[in-house]
Amino acid sequence: MGYLAGFKVTFKKLFEERVTTEYPKEKRPKPPRFHGRHVLNRYEDGMEKCIGCELCAGVCPARCIYVRGADNPETDPVSPGERYGYVYEINYLRCIHCDLCVEACPTEAITESKLFEFSFSNRTDAIYTKDELVVGDDGLPQRQPWELWHEGDDLATSGWMRATAPSGNPDYQNRAGWSGELGYGIRAPEMGQHDRPEQDEAGSNTEEDGHSGASH
Amino acid sequence: MTGDPLYLDGVDLTDLGIMLIKVLVAFTFLLVATMFMVWFERKLISDMQNRIGPNVAGPWGLLQTFADGVKFFFKEDLRPENADPLIFRLAPYISAVTAFLSFAVVPIGGSFGGGDSGTVTIFGRETFLQVADPPIGILLLLAMSSIAVYGVMLAGWASGSKYPLIGSVRASAQAISYEAALGMATVVVVVLAGTLSTHGIVAAQSGGVTRWFLISSGIVPFVVFLIAATAELNRPPFDLVEAEQELVGGFHTEYSSIRFALFFLAEFMNVITMSAIMVTLFFGGPAGPILFGMTWFWPTVWFLLKVLAFLFVFVWFRATLPRLRYDQLMHLGWKLLIPLILFWLMFISLKELRAAYDWNWVVTYGSAIVALAVGTALLLAALRAGDRVYREELEDA
Repeated sequence: MGYLAGFKVTFKKLFEERVTTEYPKEKRPKPPRFHGRHVLNRYEDGMEKCIGCELCAGVCPARCIYVRGADNPETDPVSPGERYGYVYEINYLRCIHCDLCVEACPTEAITESKLFEFSFSNRTDAIYTKDELVVGDDGLPQRQPWELWHEGDDLATSGWMRATAPSGNPDYQNRAGWSGELGYGIRAPEMGQHDRPEQDEAGSNTEEDGHSGASH
Repeated sequence: MTGDPLYLDGVDLTDLGIMLIKVLVAFTFLLVATMFMVWFERKLISDMQNRIGPNVAGPWGLLQTFADGVKFFFKEDLRPENADPLIFRLAPYISAVTAFLSFAVVPIGGSFGGGDSGTVTIFGRETFLQVADPPIGILLLLAMSSIAVYGVMLAGWASGSKYPLIGSVRASAQAISYEAALGMATVVVVVLAGTLSTHGIVAAQSGGVTRWFLISSGIVPFVVFLIAATAELNRPPFDLVEAEQELVGGFHTEYSSIRFALFFLAEFMNVITMSAIMVTLFFGGPAGPILFGMTWFWPTVWFLLKVLAFLFVFVWFRATLPRLRYDQLMHLGWKLLIPLILFWLMFISLKELRAAYDWNWVVTYGSAIVALAVGTALLLAALRAGDRVYREELEDA
């Protein structure tokens, strides 16, 4: 009689709520760590974070990133340190938004924003150059003419980077392991991660490190 | 009752006009109904899967099928190089024409109760509300569903490609297997009604729900007919012929454009026709209470409602049941349905004969039970032997 029980299930479904979101008409709120198009971040003083190490290009499974590094000009350095990203291109016809480049980046230079509604009509637009990827002087991503933006989309540009805290624990336990961003400073943890109280910084830091080391 | 009263006193121009109107109405009705059947199926199945379904073309997506049809017309019509040109073109029409023709004998209205003989008056002439009432109505239905197999078979063969050929062989094997059970379930009704004419069958069921052949034939023929009809229509759970998830598409793999659409038109039209036939055979056709006024109006409404209920059931099947394997399909058809309906046919015939000739009922039913026992024993022995061979073949393979 198993077959007949199934008929009841499908009949009950007739009166249940629909799960479909009619996408272009209504849009669901995006999850905090949504993988959208990339941005290249800058430090609070305006220096670029990218050091041209090409780790992102190496890890990219879609081979959509092209990076060339160059020595910083001594008079007018682009990034702190020796080298900077001289050429930085991402081909969005190939990018699968896996975020491996974000995880590979040693300086948190590349992160993904929530922007995903962009429809270019030629190859040149599809390949984002460094000028288009790097954040503006206000720390916000630069809007391209073919991109559709929504309220607040440009604010959250580096959620995934903060999700992988240095301890590897999704709940935030240690002091902020990420560097400041232009326009924001050191961003607060996201998604209900508990910020550690400021006062007993040194004491509990070693203690918690020891605990997590023992438990793993 | 011998045929449509319209033609009894010769055929003049008015009769011809009425006939043409009936043909046109049936044709248009069937086309429009098929269009909405596709919409109904897509909408209902999405409701059963918590989806919305087509909702952009027209109000509630009603014009979706129309849009699809228009699109099919403008698609490129491909013909494979190895295809047989004539038969490749012919096959979709065989499918579509037989689907249309089957509906011609289904009475879609007319009051049958209380001395009425199911006639309506159009332009002062009495006539049946069906395109034709041949004395062999039910045979025509069976013939059409058999000829439809040719559409499938020829399509697969003429495609000049191996996959459609294999698909069409499977499709025809399935259709032929289940036609036996389908035909015998129909014969039970014919035995009870004493006539092959569809009009006569509906007339024999007039006078209350208990007179419907669903009840008086003991439900089993209806269940067998429903299952066999589902298989005959290649609908889930018996749609392994064109299992979208597993095969490219079965016999219509090489078809595109409007020829492909014709196959699908035929398929969905057959669903409507088969529902109408089931209503005619087992549910009293247009029988139902005349609520107020307009005696010709209400039977048609009841008929359409009953057909709609069956369309719902077919979609419900599709939403609920998982697809059968090919061997399971054949086992169900040959080893369960056909023996069952064979026995039921014998039993019903015996019952009718006993009533007609006033046989001694102890002898009659006693011999029936003996025959049943012997038959069951033979069948079980045959099945066991068959299973053993089957298992040995599996081990050898």
